[in-house]
Order: sequence, then structure tokens, then C-alpha cells
Amino acid sequence: MEEKIEKHTIAVLVDNEPGVLARVIGLFSGRGYNIESLTVAEVDNTGHTSRITLVTSGTRMIVEQIKAQLDRLVPVHKVRDLTDDGPRVERELALIKVAGTGDKRIEALRLADIYKANVVDATLSSFIFELTGTTDHVEEFIALMSQLGMVETSRTGVLAMSKGAAGF
Amino acid sequence: MPEQKLTGAQIVIKALKDQGVDIIFGYPGGAVLPIYDALFQQNDLKHILVRHEQAAVHAAEGYARSTGKVGCVLVTSGPGATNAVTGLLDALCDSIPIVCLSGQVPTHLIGNDAFQEADTTGITRPCTKHNYLVKDVNNLARTLHEAFYVARTGRPGPVVVDLPKDVQFAEGTYVPPTEVKHKTYRPQVKPELSRVEEAIELIASAKRPILYTGGGVVNSGPMAAKLLTQFAKLTGIPVTSTLMGLGAFAASEPQWLGMLGMHGTYEANLAMHGCDVMINIGARFDDRVTGKLSEFAPGSKKIHVDIDPSSINKNVAVDIPIVGDCAHVLEDMIRLWKARQKQLDKAALKTWWAQIDAWRGRNCLNYHRTEAVIKPQYALERLREALKGKDHYITTEVGQHQMWAAQFLPFDQPNRWLTSGGLGTMGYGLPAAIGAQLAHPGAIVVDVSGEASFLMNMQEIGTAVQYRAPVKIFILNNKYMGMVRQWQELLHGSRYSESYSEALPDFVRLAEAWGCVGLRAETVADVDKVIEQMLAVTDRPVIVDIIVDPKENCFPMIPGGKAHNEILLGPEDSPSDATPEDGMVLV
Ligand SMILES: Cc1cc2nc3c(=O)[nH]c(=O)nc-3n(C[C@H](O)[C@H](O)[C@H](O)COP(=O)(O)OP(=O)(O)OC[C@H]3O[C@@H](n4cnc5c(N)ncnc54)[C@H](O)[C@@H]3O)c2cc1C
Ligand SMILES: Cc1ncc(C[n+]2csc(CCOP(=O)(O)OP(=O)(O)O)c2C)c(N)n1
Ligand SMILES: [Mg+2]
Repeated sequence: MEEKIEKHTIAVLVDNEPGVLARVIGLFSGRGYNIESLTVAEVDNTGHTSRITLVTSGTRMIVEQIKAQLDRLVPVHKVRDLTDDGPRVERELALIKVAGTGDKRIEALRLADIYKANVVDATLSSFIFELTGTTDHVEEFIALMSQLGMVETSRTGVLAMSKGAAGF
Repeated sequence: MPEQKLTGAQIVIKALKDQGVDIIFGYPGGAVLPIYDALFQQNDLKHILVRHEQAAVHAAEGYARSTGKVGCVLVTSGPGATNAVTGLLDALCDSIPIVCLSGQVPTHLIGNDAFQEADTTGITRPCTKHNYLVKDVNNLARTLHEAFYVARTGRPGPVVVDLPKDVQFAEGTYVPPTEVKHKTYRPQVKPELSRVEEAIELIASAKRPILYTGGGVVNSGPMAAKLLTQFAKLTGIPVTSTLMGLGAFAASEPQWLGMLGMHGTYEANLAMHGCDVMINIGARFDDRVTGKLSEFAPGSKKIHVDIDPSSINKNVAVDIPIVGDCAHVLEDMIRLWKARQKQLDKAALKTWWAQIDAWRGRNCLNYHRTEAVIKPQYALERLREALKGKDHYITTEVGQHQMWAAQFLPFDQPNRWLTSGGLGTMGYGLPAAIGAQLAHPGAIVVDVSGEASFLMNMQEIGTAVQYRAPVKIFILNNKYMGMVRQWQELLHGSRYSESYSEALPDFVRLAEAWGCVGLRAETVADVDKVIEQMLAVTDRPVIVDIIVDPKENCFPMIPGGKAHNEILLGPEDSPSDATPEDGMVLV
């Protein structure tokens, strides 16, 4: 029986100390786990803790193993499987540069409006759009722009939070 | 009163003393000279000068495993630290608490490719439980105390503290261990009671239960071994153990089935295969134990007690996971078993034991007894007789001799058997023996060795001589890397590629060159005599060269990728059809 591959969004609260990201990434490369995306930034600058949000995939047993392995890293405070925790909000930020003139340029601008992307830089031959939304939303927009002269993209990867009043 | 300032090096010494360190194994170099200077100016901490940094870690492992304390190591930057890496990984794989201090180039040179610079925290990150680079002398004491805490708490392991030279010279304030509380690391030692209750109910319903115990019982401490014995006796359940757990349950107990796994006994492996309830206490379902996973103990319900949640459901899915320390869990199990007046089904248990006794009847450790040549098993049987009733510790190298030692030497107490299980590091045994001997000066310490493994760290004879550690190096000399030769015979058509031990030294004269005693046994009649002479030496190391049958293989053996009930008992069991292709690729 082939086990089902599941995709999980996991939040990890860590001490913001040198090497902590290397420990997390080393765990994934050393043990052959997948990382689909990973974002990290300090979230408490008095307590010096950072929040890592990572999206990974694997069988249920592997995902459980990933969480246990993360949790046993010494500088890790908390590990939370947001996928298991119920409804959540997930957002990505993307910057997308589109170059060109004429009809394609106009079409790009029209679509940006529909997708609620902001223009954050413009020249006579290019735009940089800023877009936030779910991964699907961002990907749809990128797919469209790729036909309209897209020359560069930069994405943050997923940030996520459980819905409701309870904190991390 | 103004706070007293100490140099970084003085802080190191003070922290080690406050952590109860009495012996540190090390090797000097430019980047740790301030610490060596501070060592010179005190008398409480004894430094043992090894001959290679790998051996410093193994010696500290021997010290740690035989005492239950944290082993301590000091090495210089660059090559000193990289030489220690094998030892660190060995300690990680076998859950041995070690604190290793390494020198580093001064902070302002880090990253400049300075002389003897290595990215020690980078290199050792996957080989340690945790590591630190201390850049500020005022964090030094706290970091050192944390390092000891992390090394010994939860699942024990090695911790590296990298110390730039300028930090060793700088002055700062010392804080005692009592003032250091770890921010994040708090392993769970007390189990969830509801889980233990479920476990008790399941055990009570068993018809063919087995206790599968491991190194975690030894890690947990002597109390865990006592409680394990108590629980086993209370219930009457048969007990087997991994290589790492030997001694936690006494081999002299009638409920003892011997070791399980690849070279475990027939009865232990078949009991695992046939059990209906498996109680894993502090073992990690290693591949050397489970064999073919899809046929591992089919039809059994499994309970797994482990302090490390990542050990649970890693290789084998279990029915009742219990996160906690072995001693705590066993205590709860015993209490609940008694309080609920549980009992196993007597008739079923009787049938189960009758079945086990039938398996025992196969006498799986039997070997061809002969006067013509010394069989390695015979030499170990004679060693066993000679050590009976004497206070002793056994270390091993890696190979056939290691497996025969596990099969033929009985251990009645934990912490007496020191072997490299997870990493399987040839060259572990001699330095580990030195560490154990220095911790237990009055005891007999024997390194059961192979001629090839011995060569890997034989420079440590010098250490043993210098500190008058009368370790006994008991070489089962088969002139082969026997374990490699055995696999080549069984799996590679007897093509003995590079596994012959060519150009061996004369071990007796080698011993003499070092001022040790060298002995040799060439005939069966020599064996007892040589062992007697070996045990009579108490002031220097002894090297014993036992010339054994070069072609002897270690049985029982479960070939890679096979299930427990496909165990080979001896040369008469055909090996050729024994290993499927997917088994061949396994190590
Ligand atoms: C040549 C060779 C052949 C081998 N053949 C065999 C063989 O036939 N049979 C065999 O058994 N092994 C064999 N081994 C050893 C094998 O590779 C493993 O090292 C061994 O099986 C692991 O033992 P363990 O499961 O007890 O785990 P250990 O490595 O001892 O791990 C201990 C486990 O207990 C947990 N733990 C630690 N402290 C506590 C605590 N306080 N409370 C609760 N849990 C705790 C840990 O988290 C871990 O999961 C062989 C090795 C070599 C080199
Ligand atoms: C450092 C290291 N290198 C290689 C191996 C692979 N290996 C395992 S057992 C063995 C042979 C050991 O030979 P010997 O010490 O003579 O023991 P024997 O098997 O003959 O008893 C080798 C090479 C190892 N375990 N460790
Ligand atoms: Mg050999």
C-alpha cells in the first residue's frame, strides 16, 4: 500500500541565535526531507525569538518525524503543525517584474488590477508588481504574467497563522 | 564586594570543577594554550594526555558509559577538532553524554582562513546533540553549564563548545551552575499516566509477551535496571536486549533470552517474531534489530517507551507510545500493575515459555569444538570463566570479535559493557578501555579486540602506559577483517577483496617495545595459561595475541533484508539463497 503524501505548513518558534537556521535546514537536507518553502524573521526583538514557517510534504509518519526532529533541536521553543490545527490564514508576498510595451503592457496592468497587485515601480518599458495572497493566487497571477513579458519574480514563501483567538 | 574577574581559561576550569569533572581527556595546541596554562596551575582536575583526539573522545565515552557521568574532552582548533569528529558522532549514535571543548582562532580572525581555523560548529553540527561558539567571555560560564545540562539531560549526547583564543584570555565574571536555567530544553521524563494505564491493560491481556530493552535503560541509570528486573520478575515476561542494553537485565536470570537482532540468539529473535505484545523499553528499532521491516514481529501490538519523541514511530509504527524516562515509566508500570492486581494468563505464559525453551534447545551459540585450533568463541568462554566473580568491565572494537563478545560474555550489571553500536567505530575499544580503567582503577578492564581494529588506535597504548592503566587488550587474531570476510563469503562469492590483514606486527614485541606485557596463545592449551598471566598484571597494559581460526564465522546471523525467522544458525544453512537483491544493498 502506497502511503499518501501530505503537504503540511509548520510554524517553529526558535531562539534567534547564530546557526539556528543552519540547524533547521541541515535537518532537512541531512535526513532527506522536502522543503517547499521556508520563511524566517525575528518576531520578538526583546526575547530574541524568530518564527520559521515552513511548508513540507511527506507521508504522515515522515511529517510526524519532521516535527519531532524539529522539536528536539535545543534552541527550538515550539513546533506547531498549522495544517493539523484547523483553519488558518496563509499568505505570500511576491514581486513580479514585467517588461514590454504596447498591448501586452496594457493587458498586464489590467490583470494586475483584477488580482489586486500594486505597481511599486514603473518605467516606460516595465512594471514591478507587488502581490500578496495565497500561494494559488500568486501562482495564477505569475502564470498570466509569464505570457506578458515577465522577466523576474521574487517570492517570500508562505507565512501562516491559525484562525481564532488562540495565540502560538 | 566587587565581583571577582577571572580569565576565560580560569572560568573553564572553575566551571568544569563545579560540574563535577575530575578527569579531562585532551591534547594541546596553539588555540588552547591558555586553558592548558590554567590546568597547570591547579590540582583538582586531572588531565589525561591521549595520542590522538579521536581517542580522547572514545576515552571520555568509556569514562562516561562506565560511570554514568558526563565525559569531558579538550582539543585544539583545526586538526584537533576535526580529529575529534568521529568520536563525537560515535557518542551521538550511542547516546553518550560528552562535553568537548575545542580551541578556536581569535574572534577577529574567524572566517579569515586563519592558521588552524576550521568551522568547528559547522562541521560538528550534525555530529553533536548541540554546539556553541562562545564569542563573549561573559557568556562563557553560562554556556558551559548549559552544555553539561544538554549533554546529560533527556537523550544524552555530545556537546561541543568552541572557544576562541581571545575569549580564553579575556576577563569576565563567573556564574555558578545553580544560576543557569535553560530557556528551551526541558525533556519530558514523567510519562502520561493514561498511556501507562493503557500499556498495563495491554500487557495483562498478552499471551506471548516480550520485553525488548535497549541502551535507554542504561542511559536512565542503575535504578532503571533494577526496576526493569523487578517488572520482569513480577510479570514473568521473557527479556531480550539490544547490543547497547546488555547488562541492564542480568544474563544470569532464567528469564534472559540473550541479545536479539542480526547476531542475536535464535530464541530471542523467534520470540520477537512470534510475540503478541512487544514492550520496547529504551530501544530504537534499529535496522540491525528489526531486519525486514514488513515482516518484523507481524501480528504484535507494540508499546514503546522512549525519552526522545523522534525515536517513536520512526521506523516502526507502535500502538502505545510512551514518552518518558525508563525509570519513571517502569516505576509507574510496577505501581499500576500491583495496584490493579494484574496477572498474565498463567496457562498461556506456560505455553509461551515451553515454546521458548524448545527454541533454546537448538543451542544456537554452539560451535565446532576442536583441539586443532583456537576457536574465538572458546577463547571468550575461557575469559568468561576467568572473570567470574571479579569486578570487571569489557570494551570491544568492531567486528566478529565484538559480536562473539556480546554472545559469549555474560553481563549482570549495566555500565559494564562498552561498545560502539550505532556508528560501529573500529578503534573505539582501546581508548574506551583506558577511560573506564581510569574511572575504576581497581577493576579489570578488558578490550576484546580484533587485529585490524587494534591497529586503528593502537597509539593509545602510550596513554595507557603513561597513566599506568593496566588495560588488557585481548586480540582475537584471525588475520582477517573477519566481519568483512564473512560478508564477502556469504554475499560476494568468497571474493576476499582487501580483507586480509597483511603485514601484521608481532604483537608481543610491540607490547614489549612500549614496556607492556605481551602474551601469545597459539594452541588450545595455551589459552587458560595466557589468560591467567594476563589477569596477574596490574601495573601496566597487556597485549594478548590469541591466534584463532581465521575462517570462523559469526552465527546466528540474519542476513540483510531478512526476517527474524529466516535466521541462519551455522555454515550448514545455505547462505546463497539467503539474501534477496534488495537485502544486498543494505549495510
Ligand atoms: C557489527 C555490528 C553488529 C551489530 N549487530 C547487532 C545485533 O545483532 N543486535 C543488536 O541489538 N544490535 C546490533 N548492533 C548495534 C546496532 O547497530 C545499534 O547500535 C543498537 O541495536 C541500538 O541499540 P538500542 O536500540 O538499544 O538503542 P540506543 O542506540 O542505545 O538508543 C537508546 C534509545 O533509548 C532512548 N533513551 C535514551 N535515554 C533514555 C531514557 N533515560 N529513558 C528512555 N529512553 C531513553 C533514546 O532516545 C534511544 O531511542 C550491531 C553493531 C555493529 C557495529
Ligand atoms: C573505522 C571503520 N572502518 C571500517 C569499518 C568496517 N568494518 C567493520 S568490521 C571490520 C573488520 C574488523 O576487523 P577486525 O578488527 O580484525 O575484527 P574481526 O571482524 O576480524 O573480529 C571493518 C573493516 C568500521 N566498522 N570502522
Ligand atoms: Mg580480525
